[in-house]
Amino acid sequence: MKLTQTPSQTVGPYFAYGLTSEQYGYDFKSLFGPVLAEPQAAGEHIRLTGRVFDGDGVPVNDAMLEIRQADAEGRFVASRAEIAASGFRGFGRCGTGTHPSLHYWFDTVKPGPAAPGEAPCIDVILTMRGMLLHAFTRVYFDDEGEANARDPVLAAVPAERRATLIARRQVQPGGVSYLLDIRMQGSKETAFFDL
Amino acid sequence: MAADAPLSPRDWKTQPPYVYPEYKSTAKRGPTRPLVPLKSALAQRHAPVYGHEDIGALDHDLTRNAARNGAPLGERIVVTGRVLDEDGRPAAHTLVEVWQANAAGRYVHKVDQHNAPLDPNFLGAGRCLTDKDGRYRFLTIKPGAYPWQNHPNGWRPNHIHFSLFGQSFASRLVTQMFFPGDPLLALDPIFLSAPEGARGSLVSRLNLDAVGEAGFALGFEFDIVLRGPHQTPTEA
Repeated sequence: MKLTQTPSQTVGPYFAYGLTSEQYGYDFKSLFGPVLAEPQAAGEHIRLTGRVFDGDGVPVNDAMLEIRQADAEGRFVASRAEIAASGFRGFGRCGTGTHPSLHYWFDTVKPGPAAPGEAPCIDVILTMRGMLLHAFTRVYFDDEGEANARDPVLAAVPAERRATLIARRQVQPGGVSYLLDIRMQGSKETAFFDL
Repeated sequence: MAADAPLSPRDWKTQPPYVYPEYKSTAKRGPTRPLVPLKSALAQRHAPVYGHEDIGALDHDLTRNAARNGAPLGERIVVTGRVLDEDGRPAAHTLVEVWQANAAGRYVHKVDQHNAPLDPNFLGAGRCLTDKDGRYRFLTIKPGAYPWQNHPNGWRPNHIHFSLFGQSFASRLVTQMFFPGDPLLALDPIFLSAPEGARGSLVSRLNLDAVGEAGFALGFEFDIVLRGPHQTPTEA
């Protein structure tokens, strides 16, 4: 007999001291945080950042994002030993409640394509108070136009919604950042995936 | 670590909707457009890498992992269960993270302004890895009910928040465990958002003898079912 999947419930407003404790200043070690790449990690170091907006266009101050990505060579981290050797974790977690303007941010490296024909991308799990179950989305890069045009996942997204997944490159004295806001609703609602 | 096998799809008959009007903040925060289907072959993504060395010796014991000058107040409880897939296969060595209110119904979180006391010896956060049979175990304090602003005189039932990854990026689950016989369950829009046939699985079972510790702690069992491999992978 098949067991049935346990229903999801909201993460609620009070997850920070459990799931993102160090970022929020609680005295409890964090297993994951906003830094995926130590300085020695190979590849182009980038900051991925943006805000999450609700249906009224108000920035959400209690969302949590988790990202997972390949390294600069397109490989996924498979062991602790690899992380220790490379300085790249491949997975990060950030809440939107500590930045003065409610940005999320991840310090990472730009991923390489994980497979031939795929564009470089970052997988995102998004959850917050007011979401009864998390949502999956993705981040692509606006300087990868050719690869984006061939990517099979982007191709599955209705053409008029693809721009909601493409981060904008900004080169500043402090380094390279990619900006992508997530919109929960409205005419520019982010494309979310059923995976 | 083996590559992921394709996962069984999310069973929407067991899951709450993104927008559930009785839980008011879903109205502006839940996606409203159809989800874009992703072929399972493209959705194969490993779960984050972690190991036993990441877990502190007291992380599973919320009665001691933040103690400063004594024991926390409240009823001691053991919370344990197995993490399984839909075919009953255990999710071995998988991370389980929990957080909860204290016995008075107060969260440590800075934005919780409920006028109930904090407990200097209780943080309310813990984690562990499941064993080879998929079993996790926490020792904690029974959380109190607390008021929330969703509707007039609304109170959340006693609950513990759970966060799990399972064996794949796509098997992620964030949920809540409730307690049997809680009269607030029938009034709680969050609990009621889960479809009627599925929400019972969010309620733990009292098990004094096999789970509790005689003379020391009550015992509650809570099994969790995640998406698993669609079929048994054939391996050489």
